[in-house]
Amino acid sequence: MENLIALLVAAPLLGAAVLLCGGRRLDAVGHWIGTVLAAASFVIGAILFADMLGKGAEEREMTQHLFSWVPVEGFQADVAFQLDQLSMTFVLLISGVGSLIHVYSIGYMEHDERRRRFFGYLNLFLAAMLLLVLADNYLLLYVGWEGVGLASYLLIGFWQHKPSAATAAKKAFLVNRVGDMGLSIAIMLMFAWFGTFAFGPVLEATGETSEGKLTAIGLMLLLAACGKSAQVPLQSWLGDAMEGPTPVSALIHAATMVTAGVYLIVRSGAIFNGAPDAQLAVTVVGAVTLLFGAIVGCAKDDIKKALAGSTMSQIGYMILAAGLGPIGYVFAIMHLVTHGFFKAGLFLGAGSVMHGMNDEVDMRKYGGLRKYMPVTFVTFGLGYLAIIGFPGLSGFFSKDKIIEAAFAKGGTEGWILGGVALLGAAITAYYMTRVMLMTFFGEERWRHAPTPSPAEPSVEPAAETHGEHAEPHPHESPSSMTIPMIVLAFGSVFAGAFFGIGDRFIHWLEPVTDHAHGHPPVSALTVTLSTVAVMVIGVGVAYAQYGRRPVPVAAPRGSLLTRAARRDLLQDDFNHVVLVRGGEHLTRSLVYVDHTLVDGVVNGTAASMGGLSGRLRRLQNGFARSYAVSMFGGAAVLIAATLLMRAV
Amino acid sequence: MSATAVHSLWTMAADPIEKIDAPKIEYGQLSPTLIVIGAAIIGVLLEAFVPRKSRYYAQVFLSVVSLAAAFAAVIALATRGYGTTKAGIVAMGAIAVDGPALFLQGTILLAGLLGVFTFAERRLDPVAHGNQVDSFAAQAASVPGSDSEKAAVKAGFTTTEVFPLLLFAIGGMLLFPAANDLLTLFIALEVFSLPLYLLCAVARRKRIMSQEAAVKYFLLGAFASAFTLFGIALLYGYAGSVSYATIAQVVDGSIENVTPALAGTMGNDALLLIGAAMLVMGLLFKVGAVPFHMWTPDVYQGAPTPVTGFMAAATKVAAFGALLRLLYVVLPGLSWDWRPVMWAVAIVTMLGGAIVAITQTDIKRLLAYSSIAHAGFILAGVIATSADGISSVLFYLGAYSFVTIGAFAVVTLVRDAGGEATHLSKWAGLGRRSPLVAAVFAVFLLAFAGIPLTSGFAGKFAVFKAAAEGGAGAIVVVGVISSAIAAFFYIRVIVLMFFSEPKPEGPTVAVPSPLTMTAIAFGVVVTLVLGVAPQYFLDLAGQAGVFVR
Repeated sequence: MENLIALLVAAPLLGAAVLLCGGRRLDAVGHWIGTVLAAASFVIGAILFADMLGKGAEEREMTQHLFSWVPVEGFQADVAFQLDQLSMTFVLLISGVGSLIHVYSIGYMEHDERRRRFFGYLNLFLAAMLLLVLADNYLLLYVGWEGVGLASYLLIGFWQHKPSAATAAKKAFLVNRVGDMGLSIAIMLMFAWFGTFAFGPVLEATGETSEGKLTAIGLMLLLAACGKSAQVPLQSWLGDAMEGPTPVSALIHAATMVTAGVYLIVRSGAIFNGAPDAQLAVTVVGAVTLLFGAIVGCAKDDIKKALAGSTMSQIGYMILAAGLGPIGYVFAIMHLVTHGFFKAGLFLGAGSVMHGMNDEVDMRKYGGLRKYMPVTFVTFGLGYLAIIGFPGLSGFFSKDKIIEAAFAKGGTEGWILGGVALLGAAITAYYMTRVMLMTFFGEERWRHAPTPSPAEPSVEPAAETHGEHAEPHPHESPSSMTIPMIVLAFGSVFAGAFFGIGDRFIHWLEPVTDHAHGHPPVSALTVTLSTVAVMVIGVGVAYAQYGRRPVPVAAPRGSLLTRAARRDLLQDDFNHVVLVRGGEHLTRSLVYVDHTLVDGVVNGTAASMGGLSGRLRRLQNGFARSYAVSMFGGAAVLIAATLLMRAV
Repeated sequence: MSATAVHSLWTMAADPIEKIDAPKIEYGQLSPTLIVIGAAIIGVLLEAFVPRKSRYYAQVFLSVVSLAAAFAAVIALATRGYGTTKAGIVAMGAIAVDGPALFLQGTILLAGLLGVFTFAERRLDPVAHGNQVDSFAAQAASVPGSDSEKAAVKAGFTTTEVFPLLLFAIGGMLLFPAANDLLTLFIALEVFSLPLYLLCAVARRKRIMSQEAAVKYFLLGAFASAFTLFGIALLYGYAGSVSYATIAQVVDGSIENVTPALAGTMGNDALLLIGAAMLVMGLLFKVGAVPFHMWTPDVYQGAPTPVTGFMAAATKVAAFGALLRLLYVVLPGLSWDWRPVMWAVAIVTMLGGAIVAITQTDIKRLLAYSSIAHAGFILAGVIATSADGISSVLFYLGAYSFVTIGAFAVVTLVRDAGGEATHLSKWAGLGRRSPLVAAVFAVFLLAFAGIPLTSGFAGKFAVFKAAAEGGAGAIVVVGVISSAIAAFFYIRVIVLMFFSEPKPEGPTVAVPSPLTMTAIAFGVVVTLVLGVAPQYFLDLAGQAGVFVR
């Protein structure tokens, strides 16, 4: 059975190789090859899952040693896989959601002439992501980590003819590199202090390692997680990454890749357990991001960017839970899985809406679409109810547990974190209701040919010139797109109850991550009731603003906070002023130092050597007599020096 | 020394001389040298008896065959263990046959063989009066520009005497690093020096310059020989013997028998120190160390280029071999005295060669200064006073000699109406006109500069490593700085060849015969093989690095 593990990675990797090397002759069947191999990976995962369920909880971990990668004395790196309950969860999520998104892409990318290449990249992404969660050591994990970074870069910039897409891809890659540095430094620290980077020995060694060392490694891992999971302060790339095709947003930037940071922290739980300061930093990052993403999500009129803000915020919840230690690990992963379902569903729904609306993304030009695309409306609606935590749906079970665990952290910290998590739940309800109302309810604002308001003449000038944009004809998407949405909607509705009732998920994951029951200062029921209450408040406020009043087609000026949130809370301005300007100044001063000081010394040395050379050269005057004198003098000095040495 | 011991010495001396034993000569172990010297003598006879038209072919054939045979003899001796287990002193104590001697003899013979190839090249100069000509004067004795010279050129004369002269020089060089007493050392020195003086004078083009170079070389060489001879005399006065082993014993104080006539002066340290310094000075002159280097640029520039190439390679090998043996076999007991002095010499040699080379404008002079800097690098290995020091010097000499011969062979190819175009400005843009020749020369320059993947790097690394382990860290620092300075002018030539616009009336690159091509190709192959996979040869040098005492 263990020997199947490598096939999980090999199937999509083969797909990527075939599709990317195969050339044009595979254009006609490329998407089928990609989809079948992704599905094959899921089937293998399911077989392994069934096998794993048949064993006792403690015997479920499987390993496969493939080959020795760097067999140098004192530095052993293996290509080996480890499949335990945590990895299994990810394998099913990645290959399952991934396969659905492959199916969806068949319809979505139908008219794109580079569809084969797109599927090649999707397969490459799956292979890298599976490698990331299956690796049994940090070095191999790093390979997968970089692999998903590459695939993400290729997919965000897939429509490279658009400068905005090319820029977004570059931005995502650069910001991720900052996080990657964190991971590589963490691995180097592990090697320096533990002499290995395999999960088993490293995590066992944490017991007898000083807290300072663990904190250092933990903070570096957190930096890595911040990059890949778009957490503050490395969050700026996620919004722009929406330039990629929508299935990419669903697969990479909602369901799987952005959760890699959560996986990393949960996997390294033993390190964080021994480093309370690093844990606190993790919870702070999570709490700040969950508010940051939620606030940004409230202000965006672009449906995908609103969802991107939401993703950031939901992953903030997961990071927060992961930072809580054993009381939170399980819930972080549980929320990760349920989020994988409903957020992928929401993104696919958004893609479906765009598909019917001539790729329009501005929600102010939507409205009343429920009549025209009923399947999309229902599946999107179920995803919506799941994410706001409507009782009984999956988001309710997972988010409620995280809020509970945050309160259970205890002390002032617990109250602050719990309060933030609760506030986040209210804002989530608000912005998701806003998206729902602006898209599917209200008057059909797309009916009027978009007339740019005199106040903002620059809004969408393209809409005027392109006749096709004048009046879209909303319609339901083909079944290859709706079926994955329906499947994901099922997950959004039932996954939470399936996991949550009877603590099924806790028992499943406990052998790997440990679990401790948290005891919140107030009763669990109170927390649940408050969660529902703030959700209702959030929905109510949104309804008052967007359901009862007509939505203006042109965005109003808005308050200071709204304007800041539209600009992603000034994240890019901050980066520009602090990092770009600062970097430019640093570069300029270094260049100056290089030109004056370094070059000065170098050129000065060269010039003085040249001068010396010219002077010494004159000794070589061509007269044998002078040469003889020089030899005589030299011999005299030689003799004198030899005698002197003896005398000294 | 006790009174009875002195007495017994006196009584021994008082015994009448009974008979003189016939000297015992180990012909087998001396065969490389004997073959070459014998061939040289046959070469002289060929000059006398073979018709002029056939002499060239006879001489080239004789030289190639004798050098190849001598090389085969060296290999045979080495494989039979005469370099290691059976190493010994032969010819009544006059000559040592051991690892370093055989290694250096092999190197010299190969360098000599390539030298013969470049000497025999006859396709580079345009045909004069229907005769193919080589690099040597039609008739060396004729006054430059005179009628007799013109007549000799018209008659198609060539100086085929260069081949026996070359063989004599090689014979002397084979003996030089193997000499095991001071008289043999001096004779070997003169045997290889005198032919070289002559060879320097016989250039076909720029004859005045060639003759000037020869005169300077001869005068300064004679001057240095005088120092050497005086040093030998003082050492004899100190030790009462010219044998290396005996002198070493006297230096150590472990001597058993003393020549009674010299008992008065024996053990006088002033004699030892002054004598050793003068002897070392003579050898430093031959290797071209600062401040005894001043002949080098003038002679390298003036001598016919094939001679320069051979001389630059083989002289250095022979002289460093002799210097190593002198310092490691005769004067190890004195190393506290000579090491600081040699430190200073190595430092000024490295820096002096590298710095003055910066402003050179003639490619042959540039290579001359480069050879001075390299002498400094090799000296860094010499002062390591360890087995690693010996083997690193052996390796460096092997690597350096083939780069040098190859580089000078390339210089012979670049020609204009006046013969070889040695001024650097004429080399501008050579890489565009003849990419292959320029690339080959670039390989040699990179090897001189010590860039990795060339033999120069492996050699430099070996000597610097030995020096550092021998406690001469300061030398290594200076060596690396000098290498950096030296890299400037090597790379500058490469830049000139590849990144400058060719001049409209620039030189042409002559197509050589297979002879020169072989020499160049061999140089390139050795340079790259020793650079990419030096281990086998480092091991070989390591095995050879033990002197017999």
